[in-house]
Amino acid sequence: MQHIQLGTIDYTILIIYFVFVLGIGWALRRVIRSSEDFFLSGRSIPAWIAGLAFISANLGAQEVIGMAASGAKYGIMTSHFYWVGAMPAMVFVGLFMMPFYYGSRARSVPEYLKLRFDEKTRGLNAITFAIMTIFSSGISMYALAKLLELVIGWSFHASIILSAVIVLVYIFLGGLTSAIYNEVLQFFLIVLGFLPLVLLGLKDVGGWSGLTARLATVATNAGFAPGAWSHSWRYMDAPSHNPMGIEWFGLVMGLGFALSFGYWCTDFLVVQRAMAAGSMTAARRTPLIAAIPKMFMPLLVILPGMLAIGLHASRGGFLPIGSDGQPNYNLAIPMMLAHYMPSGVLGLGLTALMASFMSGMAGNVTAFNTVWTYDIYQSYIRPGRSDGHYLRVGHAATVFGIVASVLAAYGATRFNNILDMLQLVFSFVNGPLFATFLLGMFWRRTTGHGAFYGLLTGTVTAALHYGLTLPRGAVPGIKGGFLGAVLHTYPSEMALNFWTALFAWTGCFVATLVISLVTTRNKTDEELVGLVYSLTPRLKEDYLPWYKRPVILAVLVLVGSTILNVVFW
Amino acid sequence: MRFPIGGMFTILGALLTLYGLASDQAIYARSLGINVNLWWGLVLLVFGLVMLGFALRGARRSSSDST
Repeated sequence: MQHIQLGTIDYTILIIYFVFVLGIGWALRRVIRSSEDFFLSGRSIPAWIAGLAFISANLGAQEVIGMAASGAKYGIMTSHFYWVGAMPAMVFVGLFMMPFYYGSRARSVPEYLKLRFDEKTRGLNAITFAIMTIFSSGISMYALAKLLELVIGWSFHASIILSAVIVLVYIFLGGLTSAIYNEVLQFFLIVLGFLPLVLLGLKDVGGWSGLTARLATVATNAGFAPGAWSHSWRYMDAPSHNPMGIEWFGLVMGLGFALSFGYWCTDFLVVQRAMAAGSMTAARRTPLIAAIPKMFMPLLVILPGMLAIGLHASRGGFLPIGSDGQPNYNLAIPMMLAHYMPSGVLGLGLTALMASFMSGMAGNVTAFNTVWTYDIYQSYIRPGRSDGHYLRVGHAATVFGIVASVLAAYGATRFNNILDMLQLVFSFVNGPLFATFLLGMFWRRTTGHGAFYGLLTGTVTAALHYGLTLPRGAVPGIKGGFLGAVLHTYPSEMALNFWTALFAWTGCFVATLVISLVTTRNKTDEELVGLVYSLTPRLKEDYLPWYKRPVILAVLVLVGSTILNVVFW
Repeated sequence: MRFPIGGMFTILGALLTLYGLASDQAIYARSLGINVNLWWGLVLLVFGLVMLGFALRGARRSSSDST
């Protein structure tokens, strides 16, 4: 494959970006005096900054590359991850869950679990979360370095070391504040770096109508109705009518409910940004403010993939063909950059890719160092030390987290299958979490034993479901069916994942409910004030101007995503 | 926060605009004949300056609050 040639101007842009991210870390080094400053930004971040950091931390390289790849593979249906998945979940976490996360003064999601349930539930969540963040940061590092090696010819080692060192320096100096401020800068860079690409691509294919015409070729070639790539809902009546291989029920319940609520409402990586906000209403507004730009992200990350596959079908050879005979969908964004961008904006686009990568990695590292220091080190290894001691541990954990991610990235080059397996196991662990939170926050009768064994049951349910079913055309193993018997075959991997999440949720929900009813409560009503909905005083927000009231923002977000669903129906 | 954002995009915008003016027009064949460096550079420049404007206004307001 021909490498993209970069000019002096492109490297200059990249270097200016590096100078600014490091400069922000340097400028913030003085604000770090206590561990709370380092891990929670001293709870003083304005809502709009926390909100932009909230989406930016999620907008890692894997998200950008993966969403464009799905846009090429499945078309506009990929937008369900946003308009059916993320939007309602972000509204829910802002309106209903943030009062307990923020109001309980818990410093992390696992710490909330300790306050609400017990030590063992916290321990389970903290340890799996800490391991998981390291591996996901390492795997995304590996993916990006591979991509840069393939497309620009940069050395794999240099990409990994350079980005790891830069992220290390700015988090080490300025902690979460520095990560959050950089995420805001990275957010604007990602938007302004990819937008010219989308605009040029759209102009080239002749706007939306030109794109639809080209996607009709893609769809008919694949044996679907001509509109299968350009309508998000119309072909969802049966799995065989759309490329994602799922019907509306599995999508709404599996993706819209189980997967999305599980991620946006319980993953500390995003919740941490809202916990750093300066006040309760700022914390509640954080996911709602984040949801507004998030609504339009498909334009930036899914559309390039759709453009790439449309051009691939009508002109041929746009995407390189992988070893499996299919186009390499992961290269959609880099190939679009190479095709349309001259030196100058090309550097801007690549800098945007680097920015998305760094924001995702910083998100993982800041979440890791907090959970490690507060929920593992302070709880089980060395309790009762001075705050200065834990601040030093946080610095050390930042270095350790980054070194471990780099090692995981190198591990991925050698033991690809083991890492895939680990990710699979994590999805079983994470799948049921939302059921635990839902019952914990809204039913005071939920007990510690119920939560802990419910989580384990959910994980086992997920593993059983996955082990006994298979996506069509796959061989039993990592893709499913590893328990010998295959009881059901799903039309696609996507469908299998959605249903696994739904099974995990249901298993956990039922088990937590039943076990809570047969065990005695371990927390009194007094202990649960501020942790459970029915025992917590309602918030008064009448004094806020309308545009700052969470409920009004939530309605705007839901109306907006409904309109988008209807427009692209 | 608006200072670094404004500063960075002002610099990047100015750089791209100048590069767009100075560069050989032949490189714009791939971007459909549009001098995308010039136009997008101007967009970034305006965005950066607006951010800097907000930052200055915010700084002035907070210093007048404290006096």
